[in-house]
Amino acid sequence: MNERAPDLVIRNLRAKVEDLDREILKGVNLEVRKGEIHAIMGPNGSGKSTLANVLMGNPFYVITGGEVLYKGRDLLEMSPDERAREGLFIAFQYPVAIPGVNFASFLRTALSARRGYQNELIPVAEFQKILREKLDLLKLDPSIVTRYVNEGFSGGEKKRAEILQMAVLEPEMAILDETDSGLDIDAVKVVAENVNQLFDKAAGNLGIVLITHYSRILQYIRPHHVHVMLDGRIVISGGPELAEELEQTGYEGLQAQFAEVAAATPGDQPVRRAGKVFWVAH
Amino acid sequence: MATANPLGIDLDQYQWGFRMPENYVFKSRKGLSREVVEEISYLKGEPDWMRAFRLHSLEVFFKKPLPTWGPDLSVIDFDDIYYYIKPTDRQARSWDELPQEIRDTYERLGIPEAERKFLAGVGAQYESEVVYHSLKEEWEKLGVIFVDTDTAVKQYPDLVREYFGTVVPPEDNKFAALNSAVWSGGSFIYVPEGVKVEIPLQAYFRINAENVGQFERTLIIVEPGAYVHYVEGCTAPIYTTDSLHSAVVEIIVKEGARCRYTTIQNWSKNVYNLVTKRAVAYRDATMEWVDGNLGSKITMKYPSVYLVEPGAKAEILSVAFAGAGQHQDPGGKVIHAAPYTQSSIVSKSISKDGGRAGYRGLVKVYKGARGSKCAVRCDALILDDRSRSDTYPTMEIDEEDVQITHEATVSKVSDEQLFYLMSRGIQEDEAMNMIVRGFIEPIAKELPLEYAVELNRLIALEMEGSVG
Repeated sequence: MNERAPDLVIRNLRAKVEDLDREILKGVNLEVRKGEIHAIMGPNGSGKSTLANVLMGNPFYVITGGEVLYKGRDLLEMSPDERAREGLFIAFQYPVAIPGVNFASFLRTALSARRGYQNELIPVAEFQKILREKLDLLKLDPSIVTRYVNEGFSGGEKKRAEILQMAVLEPEMAILDETDSGLDIDAVKVVAENVNQLFDKAAGNLGIVLITHYSRILQYIRPHHVHVMLDGRIVISGGPELAEELEQTGYEGLQAQFAEVAAATPGDQPVRRAGKVFWVAH
Repeated sequence: MATANPLGIDLDQYQWGFRMPENYVFKSRKGLSREVVEEISYLKGEPDWMRAFRLHSLEVFFKKPLPTWGPDLSVIDFDDIYYYIKPTDRQARSWDELPQEIRDTYERLGIPEAERKFLAGVGAQYESEVVYHSLKEEWEKLGVIFVDTDTAVKQYPDLVREYFGTVVPPEDNKFAALNSAVWSGGSFIYVPEGVKVEIPLQAYFRINAENVGQFERTLIIVEPGAYVHYVEGCTAPIYTTDSLHSAVVEIIVKEGARCRYTTIQNWSKNVYNLVTKRAVAYRDATMEWVDGNLGSKITMKYPSVYLVEPGAKAEILSVAFAGAGQHQDPGGKVIHAAPYTQSSIVSKSISKDGGRAGYRGLVKVYKGARGSKCAVRCDALILDDRSRSDTYPTMEIDEEDVQITHEATVSKVSDEQLFYLMSRGIQEDEAMNMIVRGFIEPIAKELPLEYAVELNRLIALEMEGSVG
C-alpha cells in the first residue's frame, strides 16, 4: 500500500490567525494515502483543529509557509468549495447552524456540486434513494433531514449529521476534527461504527485523518498510523500502539521523550527509535 | 361637467352613447384636477355617491401635506402622472376573449396553468383595470363574491357603499386621499357568514405603461365565522421613468372570522410604492398580513390591524429586500383597543449594494385593553458595508396589565456559515443565496408553495453578482 504516491502531502505547513503574529502551525509534515486511517493526537492548543481548517481552506487562517499537494495539485490555491468537489471533506468539531436552511435540500445542493452538476440539481428521486440508503447505513432517524442545518441539534446529532454528510458526499479524503468530543461513550461508539462502515464501504478509496484529544475513539476506529502533535508540529509518528503508549504516559511523557531525542540529535532529521519516528526540528 | 376635452372627443356625442371600439385605449391626460377625477367617474359610469366621494377625497388630497417622516417623497411630480388608463372597454368573460397581447403577458406569468391547479378565481389587473375575472362556481353558490371593485360598485352598490372608505378614510393620509380620488380596479371580496374558502383567491397585478399610476382599491368583507385567504402577486417590467403605485386595501373581519392577505411585491426599481393597508378585527377574529417587498424604488407600507373587540388577533409577517437605489420602509401597526387581544409582528429585512431596508412599526395598547399580548420581532441582514438597516419600533402602552415583548437583531452573513456551506462543495454565491433564503424562511414557509418558489427565485435574481 505504501508503494503508491500519497494522495495528500503536507510539507512544512505554517499558518496563523490573520490578526495575530504568533504562528499556530509551525511546520507540519504529513502524507496520507487513500485506504489509510491516520490519527492525529495532541493536547488542546497544539494546532490540530487549525490544521484541519487550513486544509479545508478556512479564510480565518493565513498560510505563512509550506505547501499542500492533493492528488498532485496545489491544494492551497483552491477555494474551499473546489476542494470539496475534488473529494476533500471535513467533519467539523463545532458545526455551525444555518437557520432556515432545510438539511435535505442543503445535502442535495452539496451532492449535486460534488457530482459535477452545473446549474442544476441531482434529480429528486435519485437523491432520495441515496439519502435513504445512507440514513439506513448509519441507522439515523430520517427526521433529522427535515430540520434546519444543525439548528437545535444536540451535540451527538451534530456529530452524526457531519458523518451523514460524509456518507452522502463520498469524499476521498476526510478529516474528522474531534468527532468524538462532547459525546458520551455510547455515542462515541455509534459514531465510530459509522466511520468504520464508511471506510469499509469505500474499499480503499477513502483516506481518513482522525483528529482527537482522547484515545478512547481509537478503541473503535483502528488507525494505521498515529501522530502526536505538540505546539504546532507533528513530533512523533508511529503505529496504533503509539496511542496505547500515550494512554500510559500522557502528553507530558511523550513530550519528555521527544525533548530527550531532540537534545541528542544535531540538525533537523527524523529519528527512528522503538517503532516510532521522532521528527526533530530545532 | 364636460368641460375637459383632452383627447378632442366630442363629449356630448359620448353622452349620447359613444362607445369606444373594443381595443381602444383611453388615456387621460397627465396631472390631477377636479376635471380629471370627474372624467374618471364619468367614464366608469359611477353612481353619484362615488363621484362625490372621489371629489371630496381630491380636496383632502390637495390639503394634506406629504408625510414628514420616512423616505423622501418630495421628488414625486403629481402633475406628471396619468391617473387613469383603460386597456379594454369591457370585462373579458373568459380567457379566450382577452386581447392577444394581454393574454401573452399573463401566459408568461403562468396564470392559466396556475389557475387550473390552484386558483379559485383570477382577477388580473392590467394597467389600471381588471380585465379578466373568474370565480369557481361552487363559491358563487356559497354566496362568495370575488369581482373587481369597479364591477362591485355597479353590481353590489349597497354592500360597497356600506363599507367603502370606512376602514381607511380619505382623511387618513395623503396617499389614501389620492387613491380615494382616482382609484381604479382592485378586488372586492365578500365572504358570507360561516363560509370557509379553502383555496386562496388570487390576483396578479401589473403596470405596464410609462408614467402610469396604479391606484387599485381592494375591499374585503369577511362575515362572522368565515375564512378567506387572498393572495396578490405583482411583477412589473422595466421602466425608464418614475411611476407611482398607491393602493388602498380595507378589510373587515367580523366575529370569529379569519382573513389572511398575502402579497409579493416586485415592482420595477423606479416605482414609488405607497400603500395603505388596514384591517379591523372584531371579537375573536383573526387578521393575518403576509407581506413581501422586493421591488420598487421606495416602498412605504405598514399593514395594520385594529383589534376593536375582545379576543381579536393580529399577525403581521413582512420581508423586505433592498438593493442598489432602493429604500424599503415596511413595517406594521397594531392597535389594541379591547381586552385580551393578541398580536405578533415578525419583520425580516435584507439590504445590499447600498440599499436601505428596515422596519417601522407602531404598537398601541389603549387603557383598558387588559390581558393583551404583543410580540414584535425584527431581524435585519446586511450583506455589505455600504448597505443600511433602520428599525423604528414605536410602542405606546397605556395599559399595565399586558405582555409585550420586543426583539431585534441586526446581522451580517457570517464567514463561518459561508465557509461551512462552501466546505461541502457549494459555490460562494449559492452559499450566500442559501443563507439569505434561510433568513426569510420563517416567512416563505407561510406562503402558498408557488409564491414561496417565486420569492426564492426573485431573491436569487437580486443576489446575482453579490459575490466578488
